[in-house]
This record gives sequence, C-alpha cells and structure tokens, in this order.
Amino acid sequence: MALLEIKNLHATVDGKPILKGIDLSVEAGQVHAIMGPNGSGKSTLSYVLAGREGYEVTEGSVRLDGRDLLEMETDERAVAGVFLAMQYPVELPGVTGMTFLREAVNARRKAAGEDEIDAMGFLKMVRAKAKTLGVTDDMLKRAVNVGFSGGEKKRNEILQMAVLEPKFCILDETDSGLDIDALKVVSEGVNALRSAGRSMLVITHYQRLLSHIEPDVIHVLANGRIQKTGGKELALELEKNGYADFAEAAA
Amino acid sequence: MAENSSLALLTAVPAPTGGADWLSKLRRTAVANAERTGLPGVRTEAWKFTNLNALKALEPVAATGTAEIARPAAFADLEAVELHLSNGMLSHTGDLPDGVELVDLADPTAAPDWVSKTLGTIAETGPHPFTAINTGSFTGGVALRIKRGTMVETPILLMVDTRGQDAGGEQTVAAHPRVLVVVEDGASADLVELHTGAGAYVNNAVAEIVIGKDARLGHYKHQSESDAAFHIAMTAVRCADSSTYDAFALLTGARLSRNEVRATLAGRHIEYRINGGYLACGDQHVDTSTFIDHAEPDCASHELYKGVLADRAHGVFQGKILVRPHAQKTDGYQMNRALLLSREAEINSKPELEIYADDVKCSHGATVGELEDDQLFYLMARGISRERARAMLVAAYVDEAIDQIQREPVREAFRTAAADWMQKHIAGAPASEGV
Repeated sequence: MALLEIKNLHATVDGKPILKGIDLSVEAGQVHAIMGPNGSGKSTLSYVLAGREGYEVTEGSVRLDGRDLLEMETDERAVAGVFLAMQYPVELPGVTGMTFLREAVNARRKAAGEDEIDAMGFLKMVRAKAKTLGVTDDMLKRAVNVGFSGGEKKRNEILQMAVLEPKFCILDETDSGLDIDALKVVSEGVNALRSAGRSMLVITHYQRLLSHIEPDVIHVLANGRIQKTGGKELALELEKNGYADFAEAAA
Repeated sequence: MAENSSLALLTAVPAPTGGADWLSKLRRTAVANAERTGLPGVRTEAWKFTNLNALKALEPVAATGTAEIARPAAFADLEAVELHLSNGMLSHTGDLPDGVELVDLADPTAAPDWVSKTLGTIAETGPHPFTAINTGSFTGGVALRIKRGTMVETPILLMVDTRGQDAGGEQTVAAHPRVLVVVEDGASADLVELHTGAGAYVNNAVAEIVIGKDARLGHYKHQSESDAAFHIAMTAVRCADSSTYDAFALLTGARLSRNEVRATLAGRHIEYRINGGYLACGDQHVDTSTFIDHAEPDCASHELYKGVLADRAHGVFQGKILVRPHAQKTDGYQMNRALLLSREAEINSKPELEIYADDVKCSHGATVGELEDDQLFYLMARGISRERARAMLVAAYVDEAIDQIQREPVREAFRTAAADWMQKHIAGAPASEGV
C-alpha cells in the first residue's frame, strides 16, 4: 500500500472548482514532483492535503498510511506526519523560532503520550540541524520569519522539517525567490531528509529545482487534473516546450 | 448637578480635620470642587464611554484597619524595597536606600516643603471629580523623595491593597490612597505599583509624580484588583528638561477600572514613554485615558497600548496629545491596538491630536483585530492545537507592549503577570516562561 493515496479528489475554493479529480499514489521513500502552469491547482492541492480552512473537498479521498486524512484537523494531520513547507512562510511576531519548534515537538509528544522534551537536549539538537542549513542562533532567537529574507524563510521551513521528521513532506514552490546559493542549501537540506520511510511531494513551476532534488516520478497538473505522468525526462521536455500543450488540453 | 453619590464616596471617609493650613486649604478647595461637579455622567466628554451608574449606586463605608499584603506570584522574585498601603494607609516600610526620604501622608502636619509645596499642585481637582474626592478625603498615603543625583538601583515596590474588615465582605468599602513621588535633578529610580484587594470596594487612587532635570523614573503599574472592585486612578506627571519617564500599566483586574495618566512636559528634550496592556474578560470594563501636554520644544512621547478583550469585556482607550505653538520638533507616537477574542467584546478608541506647532512629527493610530487566520494555520500545520495556537498568538501580541518596559527584571515580572492572567482566562495558554 502506498504511503499517500489520493483518489478522485475534487476541491473548491469559494465555491469555485479547482481540483477536478486527482489520482495520485506515492510509495514510501519516493519523491514525486508536481509541475504545472500557474492556476493549475498546485497550491490548492498542498493546502487541501494540509487541511487549510476555506479549501473544501467535495469528492474523493486521501489516505496517509491507510488513515483517512480528510477526517483530521490541520494539527492532527501534522501530528500524523504531514508537513507542508509553505510557499510564503507566515511571520509570527512575538513567537521565537525556538519556542515555535519546541511547541511543535511537544504537541507531537503529547499526542504520543510522552513527556515534554528536555529543553537543553532539544536546544542542542536544533542548533546542530540549524547549522547545516545556515540558520543562525540569532534567527532562532528572533520571532519566526519576521524580518527574514526570502532565502532565510525557506531555510527555516526546511529546518522545521528536519526537526519534526515528518512522514510526508509537501514542498510548495520551495524554490521561488531563491538565488542559486540558497537553492543549493535548501536542496541539500531536503536531500538529507530523503529516507526509505519518508515520501515527498515537490510542487514547482520550474525544472531547475528538480535538477537539485531529483524526483522518482513527475506529474503534470493542469486544469485541476493530472494530465501526464513520467520520469525525469518529462521535466526536460516541459522546460523545452513549456506548458502550452497542457493549457490547450485544458481549454 | 451635585449628586449624593459623589458625597457618598466623600463621606465614606471621615473628613480629616485640623492639620496644617496648606492642607486644610487644599482639602477645602477639593471638597468644594467635588461637590460642585458631582460624579461624571456619560454626557461628560471625558467619560462618554465609561458608565458609572454601578459605582454611583454604591454607598461605601470607609475602609478601616490594615491587613497584611502578599505579593502576587509574578512579583515574588523581584528584588525590591516594599512599601505597603493597606486601605489607603501606610502599613509597612522596608529599608529605604540612601538618598530616599519618605513621609507618611497620614499625618502631614509637619511635612517638609517638598511635600507641602508640591502635593496637590500636579493633580488638579477642578476638572477631575475623583481626584478632588481623593484630595478631600485621603487618610493616608506616601510621599517619596529621591534626592538630587541619587541612583536608586533596587526598585521600590508599592503594594496598594484594599479590603473590608468584615469577614463576609458584604459592605462595600472605599479607600483613597495618595502617592507623591519627587525625583530631584539627576536622580533615578524605579517604582512598581501593584493594586490588589478582596471583596467589593472602591480604590480611588491618586499619584503625583514630579521629575527633575536630567532625572529618570521608571513607573510600572499592575492593576489586579478583585473581581468586584472599582479602580479609579489618576496619575499626574510633570517632567523637567532632559528627563525620562518610562511607564507601563498592566490592567487585568476590577469590575470597572479607569486608569488616567496626565502629563505636562514642561522642559526640553524629555523622553516620555507610557505604554500598557489591558487584558479583560467576563463583563469587565477597562478604561485607559491619557493626556500629554507638549508644552516645550524637542520632546518625544511614545505611547503603545495593546488590549486583549474576551467574552463581553469592554475596553476604552482615549489618548489626547496637545502640542502647544511653542513646542516645535515634538515627536509624538501613539498607538492603541485591541484584539477582540469574541463577537461580544467591544473597544472604543478615541485618539485625539491637537497640534498648534508647525514643525512636528506626530502619528497616531488605532487598530481592532481578530487573530490572523494564516498565523493560526501556520501553527496548526506544525501540529499545534487550535487552542494552544490561539493562546500563543495572544501571548505574543501582548508581549510586544511589555517589551517596552525598559527595566529588565521588572519587565520579566510583568511578562509573568500577563502570562498568569492568560493561564487563568485563555484556554491552552502557555506557562509563564512559555513564549
């Protein structure tokens, strides 16, 4: 059984149909990429999976490890192992990076019936992981994402992912707004998290991210449906021809 | 329109008789003013958002006797010199540092000049009936003088507590604590003022603050009166050249409270900071009214208030800044932000700028908001429950105001006090060291 199993998923935003029947299954340990033109429904898919309010599922099912994801609240999904690295990470004035991470970890421990994490050990662990991602101590002490550059925000997302060790990661346009150096750091961070038990869904408009994070499978999403599925060669094909074929197919 | 209700408050305390001429004269004028104006109604502009009918219906008796006063938990570890005002009377005096002089206002007959020439000159009784009532009938209080050039390192902790003596607490009592602080030229001190109590009572407090040239006072107030209390406070401040006043008010208690702070910036290059936070729930009414008189050029005033209103709580913020024609290069900032946690919570915000100088920088603003959906989603998408996420965001919201407190150990105590309130009243709130 696949780790994530999406069947015939339909979703609306403000009553407008955006996802129109998505079928997708991601095996444990696999990295799938979803590419597609703007407005194809890529971000909507990520929010529907994470459980954001205002994204209404009208048909279909999503299962993680066999459990019905759509039945769960946003926080329950996160505890169950879903992680969404956001395209636009939100600023949290007054909430420091360390507090944010500690609260997130303790929420998981609480759900598992464990005691709160030891503060000193946690600090050490976070610092070690932060270092490999170029997240400074200062960034951890400051309010989450407040005054961070685009690159810092994305590195901070990957740090959260590294600390929370989710089963299923969704990376929504993680490459947007990054220069080549930041893209390398972020990609290395993501690659370091690839493991046999963990799957990823990498959502991107451009092929460039996929030369750093090599996917096992690539899907083309257009007009709310997966139009084509293939291997790495599909990304190169899209790079050359663009999404014009699919836009026409959609229209 | 003199109403008996004002007299009820006035007569709650036996009018002090005898004493020095200066004091008798001060009291006579105050009583006449109180009787002339009576208690304000909602048609009085300065009180249009705060209805005093419940207070007027009371027939309080004088709070008598004194009781032990315990520190609220948040302030337990703060290194400080304690002064206790129980039912308006000085009941305990800690070891005062060198350069600090204290006069018990219960018997100011033989008061030195710095008391007799200052008391009643900063807080006006004409336009302010409650101040008039306090001035006419205070039975005790404390005057503090920080002598020229003295740097007082340890904060002075003024604990003001009001409670009836009968065990049942059925009789509403009234106290009129009076405070005078004179910080002489070049001196510096921190005053932490805590207001607590038990049962039903009216705490009608007046504090007069005089800050000399190049002097500094940190003045931090936590009002956590009992649920049945009325807290009416006037703080009147006068600042001289190059002085600093750094004030903060954390208002969490009382059924109805009015915290009024009025200042005259009577010199140049003054840094005047009054910031605060008001946290209310249930049917609490919390009124903050401030007035800043920029009388001289080159002064800066900074005012940031943040409110959290839950249930049916009602907040009021009235902030007036007057910039006189002569007060060029004034830099004034005023902001009131309120977070409404329920549909029934309410805030009235009335910023007012009156500017007669043409070369000034003044900004003001008021915002009313709810918690941001995208912030809630972000926290929840990391596994944090909705309840906890809300509480974290509320705590972070209030923290921004508390960060304004310049004196660090005091700031941490206030942070804890705010967290303690949230623990009690906001589901899922983190412990005091949480955020």
